Amino acid sequence: MLSWSNFVSQFFNGLASGALLALISSGLTIIYGTLGVLNLAHGAMFMLGGYAGLVAFQATGSFLIAVIAGSLFLVVFGVVFEFLIIRRFYSRPPEDQLLVTFGVGMVLVELVRWGFGSLSFTVPPPSWAAGVSHLSFMFYPTYRIVVLGIAAAALAVLYFVLYRTRLGMIVRAGIEDSTMVGMLGINVDRVFMLVFGIGAMAAGFAGIVNAPVVSLTPDMGEAILVQTFVVVVIGGVGSFPGAILGGLIAGEILSITSMFDPAYSEVMLFAAMTLVLLLRPQGLLGLPSRE
Amino acid sequence: MNALLQVDKLNSYYGDSHILFDVSLHVDRNEVVALLGRNGAGKSTTLKSLIGVVPPRSGKVTLDGVAVQGMHPHAIAALGLQLVPEERRIFGSLSVEENLILAGLTAKSRWPLERVWAIFPRLKERRRSRGTDLSGGEQQMLAIARALVRDPKIILLDEPFEGLAPIIVRDLLATCRGLAEAGQTILVVEQNISAAMTLADRIYILNNGHMIEELSAESVRGQPELLHRHLGV
Repeated sequence: MLSWSNFVSQFFNGLASGALLALISSGLTIIYGTLGVLNLAHGAMFMLGGYAGLVAFQATGSFLIAVIAGSLFLVVFGVVFEFLIIRRFYSRPPEDQLLVTFGVGMVLVELVRWGFGSLSFTVPPPSWAAGVSHLSFMFYPTYRIVVLGIAAAALAVLYFVLYRTRLGMIVRAGIEDSTMVGMLGINVDRVFMLVFGIGAMAAGFAGIVNAPVVSLTPDMGEAILVQTFVVVVIGGVGSFPGAILGGLIAGEILSITSMFDPAYSEVMLFAAMTLVLLLRPQGLLGLPSRE
Repeated sequence: MNALLQVDKLNSYYGDSHILFDVSLHVDRNEVVALLGRNGAGKSTTLKSLIGVVPPRSGKVTLDGVAVQGMHPHAIAALGLQLVPEERRIFGSLSVEENLILAGLTAKSRWPLERVWAIFPRLKERRRSRGTDLSGGEQQMLAIARALVRDPKIILLDEPFEGLAPIIVRDLLATCRGLAEAGQTILVVEQNISAAMTLADRIYILNNGHMIEELSAESVRGQPELLHRHLGV
């Protein structure tokens, strides 16, 4: 039934999942903006972060170590993936880039299925964040509040790196015009490798942080991949603030709609994307045109 | 063979179309050389080939004694060659100051920003503005300043005065002349012949990808018809 506390609780759910979507999408949008490659393996990388964290959790029993391991594993994976494969596809047509990243995504999913089976795994939340919190007028799972906090903190770190550091300056310039960045004496290949690593880390970090909320399965990245595309389109391709705004909007749409009928939540998401494409094709915070 | 920039028999292509045919030129230290020619003669392609954005298929480019053909643009830039592209390519989401800081990041020796502000006071006023908010003239100033920050041995200017109001062209021209007098080596491509003539010591004329003439600026000033014959002006 529709009630005030039900609505508020769904609104919080939307915020938490939206912040996570924002994090994953910012990885996707930074990679696409800088390298020009639409990474269809991004969902699989989100999944991989969850499983890497799971392995670390099973070995150590520490959630914190699981988060660190999941993130670091994906940085390394991203850098190696860029160096061995993506790099060879920059001058190839977009369809080749789509095919190769899609293919790598499939390989990752099947490798994980082969190693862990199709059964789902859960990673429990850290003990201090387990259970429910009593928020004056309702009960709410504590870990979801923590997820919101963690995702917001991660986005803040990403924002700081992008807007307050030299690396971030190079990345922002590279999103606009990587050729010109190269003409200013900066080794763009190295920047691309780093950007892919950071983008992969965002996905992997989200994957393990999300693990206590949704159980891990090898194909968990597929739905996320579609949602992050929608987020990037709504927010504006290549725009980091756009990914945050788009993520929160998408999170709320999914969450609020599923309060009425979960079957329509993705329909509403695509409806919102269609609306944005009609009224503002470059996305809410996207630049009007790109070369 | 002690030219700062020595180019021998350069051949460049866009895909399958052959754009530059055995183009040779040289620029001496402290010299200003103008590369003239009609639209589509291959002037911009020549500059892009020198910085390595359009890698030449054959030929030799020597910058201060180092063979640079086939190197990546960032490596060529690191050796002291800077291109100020025709489209200016200012980073619109970065502020004026950030554009300059970015340019200086990997430079071996870089200008302090104060030196840039002294040459372009207007940029100092607009240091916090985003690149997208600049006027065409300001963007061109920033594009040139962004190259200068790296203290380049040679700077390639691709149509620096194109599309600017006459009064801005006059100011910018005075700035460029000041740089030349201070010893900055410049290779400039320009459609505005009179602007190019006030800067250049020597002139090359490119036609359909072939280098057809080399003239001293002095001889052209004496006999303007030399240019008219080739450029149809």
